Amino acid sequence: MAGVAALEQEIMSLRKRRQLYSLIGVLLVIAVLVSGYSKSNTMNSGNFLDGLSKFFDYPSEIVIEAWEAGPAFFGLILTYLPAMLETLNIAGVATLLGGAMAVVLAMASSRNVDSWGPGIPVVRRVMDIMRAFPELIIALFLIFVLGSSPVPAMIAVAFHTAGALGKLFSEVNENIDRKPIEGLSACGASWMQRIRYAVMPQVAPNYLSYFLLRLEINVRASAILGFVGAGGIGQELRRTIGWGQGAGDETAAIFVLLFVTIMLIDQASSYLRGKLVGSGRAH
Amino acid sequence: MIQFDNVTKTFGARTAVNKVSFTIDKPQMIGVIGRSGAGKSTLLRMINRLTPATSGQILFNNMNILALKGAQMRRWQRDCAMVFQQFNLVPRLDVVTNVMLGRLNGHGAFKSLFNVFSADDVTTALNALDRLGIAQEASKRAEELSGGQQQRVAIARALMQDPQMILADEPIASLDPMNAKIVMDSLREIHERDNKVVLCNLHTLDTARAYCDRVIGMRDGDIVFDGVPEALTTDVARDIYGADESFNEAATSTAIETDTSRTTHSAGTVTPAVAVAV
Repeated sequence: MAGVAALEQEIMSLRKRRQLYSLIGVLLVIAVLVSGYSKSNTMNSGNFLDGLSKFFDYPSEIVIEAWEAGPAFFGLILTYLPAMLETLNIAGVATLLGGAMAVVLAMASSRNVDSWGPGIPVVRRVMDIMRAFPELIIALFLIFVLGSSPVPAMIAVAFHTAGALGKLFSEVNENIDRKPIEGLSACGASWMQRIRYAVMPQVAPNYLSYFLLRLEINVRASAILGFVGAGGIGQELRRTIGWGQGAGDETAAIFVLLFVTIMLIDQASSYLRGKLVGSGRAH
Repeated sequence: MIQFDNVTKTFGARTAVNKVSFTIDKPQMIGVIGRSGAGKSTLLRMINRLTPATSGQILFNNMNILALKGAQMRRWQRDCAMVFQQFNLVPRLDVVTNVMLGRLNGHGAFKSLFNVFSADDVTTALNALDRLGIAQEASKRAEELSGGQQQRVAIARALMQDPQMILADEPIASLDPMNAKIVMDSLREIHERDNKVVLCNLHTLDTARAYCDRVIGMRDGDIVFDGVPEALTTDVARDIYGADESFNEAATSTAIETDTSRTTHSAGTVTPAVAVAV
C-alpha cells in the first residue's frame, strides 16, 4: 500500500508540473500574439483598426461592378479561361518535372532502399536547399535572367517541388517493408531492378497521393507567380486590380474562375488520394 | 561442389558463425538445426551473399564466392536461390510476376523498367506454379494468398531462377502443420527430381529426420553435429540445443510428427510418412 501511495504522490506532482508547463505555454503564445500585433501596427503607415472599417470597401466595389455587368459577367469568365489554363499548364508541367526529380532524389537519399551511403547526406542537403527557397524568390531571380514568360515560373515551381516532394518521398521510402527488397537481392536483381519491382509497387500509392497534394499547392503558387510577370491568371489579376475602378467586374470574374478551379482540383485530388491510400477521404 | 573453409561471421563483439568448415560434395537435402541465434540463418545468408562473411572462404566448384563482386556476385545469387521464412514476395504484384522476378538477373535496363517478360518467361513461371499446385492463383496479388501459398510462390520463384542449389531459411517456421508438410514435400521433390542441393534451416528435429539426407547441428556458431539423421540421437540433440537431462524432443517439435522408421527417400518417390497433428 505504501508503494501505491508513493506512486500516487509522484503521479500527482508530475500532473501538476505538466499543468504548469501548459499554462506557461498558453501565456507565451498570448505574449507573442500581443507583441506581434503591436509591432506590426507601429510599422503600418495607418492604424490597423482605422483601416479595418474600410476593409470591405474594395470587395463591395468589385461585387457591385460585377452585378452591374449582368449576364456579360459569365462571358468575362470565359475570356479569362485561356489564362487560367496557362496557369494550370505551368502547375502541371512543373509538378510533373519536380515529381520526377523528386523520385530520383528520394531513391538516392533513403537508407532503407540501399541508396549509396556517402551520397545520402549530400542529396538530403541538396533537397534542403531546394525547398528552402520559396517559388517566388526563384521565379523573381529567373525572370530577371530569362525574361518574363511562363518558363521561369515553371522552372521555379519544379525546383521547389523537387526539394519538397523529394523529402516526403524519402520519408515514405524509410517506412517500407524491406523483405521484398531482400527477396529480389537474393535472386541477383540489380539496385535499379530492386527499386523498380520491390520499392515502387510499395510506394506508388503514397507517392501519387503526395503528388496530387503538391499539384493543388502548385496551382496556387503558379497563380501567385503571375504577379511577378510569369503569365497566366495571376498576371491578369494584377492588371485588373492595378486598373482599380472600372475593372472590378473583370477582377471578380478572375476571382470566381480561380476559386472554382482550385476548389475543383482540391476536391478531385482529395477524392483520388482517398482512393489511393484506401482510407476514405484524405485531408 | 561447395566447401566452407574456416568461415567466420562476427557482429561487433558477438561471433555468429565461428570458423565453420564443411563440404557438400553431392546433391543432398541437408537440414541445419539448432536454437535461435545458433548461426543457422547467417550461415545460409553468407552463401547467398546477403550477409558478408568476416573471414574464411566458401568455394563453389573451386570458385571463391566470397570474392565475387558486382554482376558476377548477382549471377551467383541467381544460382543459389533463397527461400525465406516470411516469403519475401512483393505483396502488391501478381503471383506470376512475382515468380518471373526470379529471372530479373540478366534482364536489361529497358526490359526491367517497362516490366517486359518474354512469352517463354511466362510459360516457365506458370509451369513452376503448376508444379507446386498453385497455377490457378497466377493472376492474384501475392498479398491475397495464404502463408502456405505464398511460400509455394516463393519456391516457384526459386525454381524460375534455375539455380544450382536452393537455400531455405526456416521455410516452415511461420506455417501451420498442413502447409509446412506441403512446403517440405515440395522442397524434397525438387531435390529428388532436379538433383539439386537443398540446404534448409529447420527448427524441428522431426522434420530434419523426415526429410533430410544429412543433418548439420549448430550451437553458438559452431558445428557440433554433422551426420545422417539416424545418428541424431536424443543425447546429440541435447548437445545441439544446449539442454539438460530434462530435455524433451517434443520441445523442438511444432506439430509435424513423424515416424522416421517409415521414411523413405529412395527410388524417386517421396513418402516421408508424415502424420500431421492438428
